[in-house]
Amino acid sequence: MGEMEQLRKEADSLKDQITAARKAVQDTTLQEAVAGITVVGRVQMKTRKTLRGHLAKIYAMHWGTDSKLCVSASQDGKLIVWDSITTNKVNAIPLKSSWVMTCAYAPSGNFVACGGLDNMCSIYNLKGKDGNVKVMRELAAHTGYLSCCRFLNDSEIITSSGDCTCVLWDIETGTEKTIFTGHQGDCMSLAVSPDFKFFISGACDYTAKLWDIREGQCRQTFGGHESDINSIGFFPNGNAIITGSDDATCKLYDLRADQELITYQDSGIMCGVTSLAPSLSGRLILAGYDDFNVNIWDSLKAERVGVLAGHDNRVSCIGVSSDGMACCTGSWDSFLKIWN
Amino acid sequence: MDKGGWHRQQMSCFRKMEKLIVAMQDPDMGIKMRNQRLLITVIPHAMTGRDVIDWLIQKYRMCEEEALHLGGMLVRYGYIYPLKEPRSLVLRADETPYRFQTPYFWTSTRWPASEIDYAIYLAKKNIRKQGELMEYEKERYSLLHKRINHTWDFVVMQAREQLRASKQRRKADRIVLECQEQAYWLINRPQPGAHNILDVGLERPNNFSSRVTLNSDYYKSEIEACRRALGRNRVKSSICLEGFVKFSEQYQNHDPIMQGCLPSNPWISDDSAHWTMNAEMVPTPTRLRVERWSFSFRELLNDVMGRREFMTYLEKEFSAENLCFWQACENIRHGESSRIVEKVEEVYKAFLAPGAARWVNIDSKTMAHTLEGLKHPHRFVMDAAQMHIYFLMKKDSYPRYLKSDLYKNMLARAIVPQETKKSVFPFMRRQRHSSPSPAQAFTQVLEEDGRAQAGTNAAGSHV
Repeated sequence: MGEMEQLRKEADSLKDQITAARKAVQDTTLQEAVAGITVVGRVQMKTRKTLRGHLAKIYAMHWGTDSKLCVSASQDGKLIVWDSITTNKVNAIPLKSSWVMTCAYAPSGNFVACGGLDNMCSIYNLKGKDGNVKVMRELAAHTGYLSCCRFLNDSEIITSSGDCTCVLWDIETGTEKTIFTGHQGDCMSLAVSPDFKFFISGACDYTAKLWDIREGQCRQTFGGHESDINSIGFFPNGNAIITGSDDATCKLYDLRADQELITYQDSGIMCGVTSLAPSLSGRLILAGYDDFNVNIWDSLKAERVGVLAGHDNRVSCIGVSSDGMACCTGSWDSFLKIWN
Repeated sequence: MDKGGWHRQQMSCFRKMEKLIVAMQDPDMGIKMRNQRLLITVIPHAMTGRDVIDWLIQKYRMCEEEALHLGGMLVRYGYIYPLKEPRSLVLRADETPYRFQTPYFWTSTRWPASEIDYAIYLAKKNIRKQGELMEYEKERYSLLHKRINHTWDFVVMQAREQLRASKQRRKADRIVLECQEQAYWLINRPQPGAHNILDVGLERPNNFSSRVTLNSDYYKSEIEACRRALGRNRVKSSICLEGFVKFSEQYQNHDPIMQGCLPSNPWISDDSAHWTMNAEMVPTPTRLRVERWSFSFRELLNDVMGRREFMTYLEKEFSAENLCFWQACENIRHGESSRIVEKVEEVYKAFLAPGAARWVNIDSKTMAHTLEGLKHPHRFVMDAAQMHIYFLMKKDSYPRYLKSDLYKNMLARAIVPQETKKSVFPFMRRQRHSSPSPAQAFTQVLEEDGRAQAGTNAAGSHV
């Protein structure tokens, strides 16, 4: 046996042992564990606002931390910052490259970022002295498209890319501080933990990984999906992650049990999950699908308890504001809708 | 995601729908089909939109809207096509006749649709009846003529041959085949403005050069990662699940999507009182907000007002330097890179140096570790010391704060907003009841501008 073959066998054997160790702590089924609680009643949400202005597919949106402003990115080559209550456009930022796939709002409210097929993450300063919004930094080092980006603070941002890596950048110097390697497929989505010490990534290798930001290492890997993971997020208490995949399911993986605990699926759902967001208490998971709908799941009972139907094309992005008040959906039909 | 990736993604979606389509055509359990009169011809094996929806409702125990949505998808993807208005790819919940597309013409079977086949199809239409091509089809036809000019003789010959062969069929069969073929091309070459199921969005380039190579180094790091992973402590699933149940119960009243909010939901009432009452700094906070400080230490620290109250308490206990130190470390962790060295220096002088004005008590091991790190200051150099003080406060000062008069008085004084009667919808504030049948426990939502879905059964859900 060649050296590589031996190494491969060793890796596989260790993986089998991990599977066994995970099984060993499965001391209950989901049904038993949640038998004592009743399923959430019908959840009816209405469109409260429609944000009109983009001229092409919307690919991404992100709420600002004030729960009123949000930013969206569209194939029309614009990044728009909206006052979601008045539906006014606070900023309409023209982009150098219209092939944008992601956008992010800094927690401070000072910056927005975006990127896409240009392989770069561009940082825009919203609070420039003369009132104009300008590119502050262009973070270029990825060899693949930028699928997602999230600010840690005004000095640091994490990006995920089609080159199978995620990177932590120092915005001031425009350099890569840490490169997170390990995924075997395009990284599609990332989310930062509530304490800012970890982040999670979902990829086209059907796995999700938890990374230690400081150590630069992958702490945990979660499998089980049968297709690309398009979307990922933390359960509000930070102890679990939720993933959405092209295999038409969402899954909840617990970080402490180190395994999948819940799957959200329905035989009537036949298309991929594009985006997801938990409600503030985590009891509801709102997930956007290719079939134009958002399905609302009771996260503990794993049952569908509501549908948001109002878009005329795929729902590409979704977000719940940090005060938990409103859910925003963005679609290929070029509209954003605010629901609650 | 290259074309291969799209193919893989769409295929799994197609396979799921095809399983359903096959079940719908089962001779025993499927839809009862009948003959349908189309002008003077009788088309066999047809069904109405109503048939499709009723069958879906029965099979999946879903409600009308859901069946309409799922059935609509099957039409959009070309598995079912309308007989009377071929270009209207919607499912109507009435007597409108539909037919199942033959597997030969499934998008998944003949993927990708070839240009030559499309040219032949358009040529046939053109030959059969001059002027039968629509405007957009004429444009595409002439574009194809330019692009594949070298095979044009073949295209025309094939078109003629196929037309000749079809003339020899029975009229009903000929019409059926024409309908099927037309349905196929309406999906695979949709007319401008129509929904395009083949739309993949941004074409992600295939980056083979940066793919991970599975070599010895890769496996070595895999092995190392697995060894580390194997050694981790795993908590029992029952404990984890219980944790989620407790967490969502605790936060249920704080989840506006589930429980609404007082005095009113600003998105509905246009009254921003809720936001004003919950602004960062207010004279008197709301009760829900003060309650939340007791959920976890992190909740207290995340709220500016909570931190301020806690600081006041610590000052009374002469241990305020702990919180100050913690905040200063946060400042380093999340601040500008260029000022890290400077800030670390300040923090050391103020909190850690012997005889410092606001000296914090950390254990000798952590102190030694920190002092070592100070030789080469970086963003995380204070982590260990910060953690130590964080846990000190969390285990000691925080629980006592929650029992203190300071906190209790704050809780007693806190505002419970009055519900603004005029615009609160009763169902927004009602406790959620469990629904009898989970499969029927949802309904589509009517948009505010009155766009209603046919057959909705959502009582009282309109504006």
